[in-house]
Amino acid sequence: MSTIKDAALRAIKKPAELGPDLDISQYYRNPKNWEPCLLSSLPKDVLERALEVGVTSNEENRAATFFQIDHSVIFRAVQDLFENKVEIMSAKEALEKYDWLRDYWWKIVRVDADKYTALAELAWDQGYFIRILEDQHVTMPLQACLFISTDNLNQNVHNIIVAEPGSEAQIITGCTIHPGVQRGLHVGITEFYIKENAKLTFTMIHNWAQNFDSRPRSGAIIEDNATFISNYMSLKPVKSVQMYPVAYCKGVNSRARFNTIVYGSGSSYIDIGSRIVLQNEGSRGEIISRAIATDKAQIYARGFLQGEHGGTRAHLECRGLLLSDEAMIYAVPELVSKSSGAELSHEAAIGKISEEQVQYLMARGFSKSEAESLIVRGFMDVGIFGLPKDLEMKIQKMLDITAERIL
Amino acid sequence: MARNILEIENLSVEVSGKRILNDVNLQIPNGEVHVLFGPNGSGKSSLIMAILGFPAFKIVSGRIFFNGVDITNLPINERVKLGINVAFQNPPAIRGVRLGDILNHLTPDKEKINELLMKLKFPPEFLERDINLGFSGGEIKKSEVLQVLAHNGSFIILDEPDSGVDVVNLRILGGVIKDALKGRSALIITHLGVILQYVNAHMAHVLINGTIACSDSPAKILGQILNEGYAWCEKCLQSRMQRCEL
Repeated sequence: MSTIKDAALRAIKKPAELGPDLDISQYYRNPKNWEPCLLSSLPKDVLERALEVGVTSNEENRAATFFQIDHSVIFRAVQDLFENKVEIMSAKEALEKYDWLRDYWWKIVRVDADKYTALAELAWDQGYFIRILEDQHVTMPLQACLFISTDNLNQNVHNIIVAEPGSEAQIITGCTIHPGVQRGLHVGITEFYIKENAKLTFTMIHNWAQNFDSRPRSGAIIEDNATFISNYMSLKPVKSVQMYPVAYCKGVNSRARFNTIVYGSGSSYIDIGSRIVLQNEGSRGEIISRAIATDKAQIYARGFLQGEHGGTRAHLECRGLLLSDEAMIYAVPELVSKSSGAELSHEAAIGKISEEQVQYLMARGFSKSEAESLIVRGFMDVGIFGLPKDLEMKIQKMLDITAERIL
Repeated sequence: MARNILEIENLSVEVSGKRILNDVNLQIPNGEVHVLFGPNGSGKSSLIMAILGFPAFKIVSGRIFFNGVDITNLPINERVKLGINVAFQNPPAIRGVRLGDILNHLTPDKEKINELLMKLKFPPEFLERDINLGFSGGEIKKSEVLQVLAHNGSFIILDEPDSGVDVVNLRILGGVIKDALKGRSALIITHLGVILQYVNAHMAHVLINGTIACSDSPAKILGQILNEGYAWCEKCLQSRMQRCEL
């Protein structure tokens, strides 16, 4: 352990490779404690915000729930129906319970990657442990909420997700803030272990504020015949968010897919990418991203595919829609091949709303603004997430509200 | 009700500063189906775009009346609301916008859509598809006709409904269009007149170099074009213009 701590100490001043460098000492570190309670007894404004990132207080619709406010875990439970199928608890609790968890801790994400990973080690504030037990097909999504209720707070969580062999599950994670919070820094470390024949769909929704910063750091290891789907959506302004999660397709026929929908408004600085490393026969990867920039938003949409083994294939598709001349989208697709049997491809396109499309829809009776909002809504196609219908409809509603607000 | 559903008066149109239509005059009486012939590039599709009000087709002079109402300066969607519906020849694909989304906006009547799908032998799965994305030529025609008929407008414009469609689908489309034209007025653009095997038209016009060269019965004009090509129309137009100059 001391070596981890030492590595963190050495990296605590190390700026990240990408994104604006933040002064991590400027944030508040001593929020009041939140006592554990039932979700339904939380303040209404907290619940409303949570719902906006897909976390419902109606636990009947979720197999398991984890809820953290600031630095306090206030709720974690598995629904009766799913006892002995899934486990959910705070990461601290899990480390006390399972010695083996040490072998999953800082094993995919490097603790000394940058000052934010170091901060998450040196000033660690909970996070969750989720485990889908062997061969369990969990029919209802699990949910986790990382909530910030204190202005200018720094929250550093470390999450571990283990999908045991043959298991299948959906997880929704919502990260959001109280309406009164303007500033702050959220650092989230998430390490995913997708074992043989397991399938995990992870959907993360961010909802920050114009002066709030976020630095998620995630990595996944995907074993034989396993599938990892990671969805990310952010529709609200943010001061800056920078992340570049990586999935290692380590096993034979392992699959990874990243889908991203980002709407950048105000003066948001958004630097988001996805990396897939293909390491074994039959590994497949796909990265799909949709970025919309309006106002003065700056969006970097990155994608990185690396082929290290023959018989592998991956594709990267990045589309950008620019709604303002003061906004910017920078698409950076990268392919690295270290094996002649790795087929890697990419397509990237950035444009504005097509007049031809608007006029066509007007010829079908839509007004100009209806047509534009329909096109924007279509561009942010939640269908790429491959979610269960009811969840897809909820997310579609959030997108519809955004699409309406745009025009 | 006005006698003419569509009345175009001395219409001249420019695209990017270039004159595309010159002093076009056209009247379509209520309840009639008219056909517009013309060689490639003569301005047939431009005339449709101008009737519908696409901004790139700038009206430099003249006026367009629909049911007696001057629509020359109305936005596209207002013209559609008055009852003008167009089946386009090359509609754009739009990602994430499904054919079903558009149809739901055109009519609340799901029964009617199902009925049209059946008549067109168009699989209902297409309602969930992104509009025109990866559609074949025949599928685009069916989708366009479906959208036009879903709206129940009083006047329909079909831009080459018979081009790029195989024989089987042409028969299906021809039958549906024929039924749809009962009690409606229409303007049908056709290159070779194949659609006239299915549809009875009252009058045909020939557009040459952005102007109406002649108007007569569809059978007579089609016969003339098939026998002598558009060269005959051009000569006819030239001789008429010379007469005017004299």
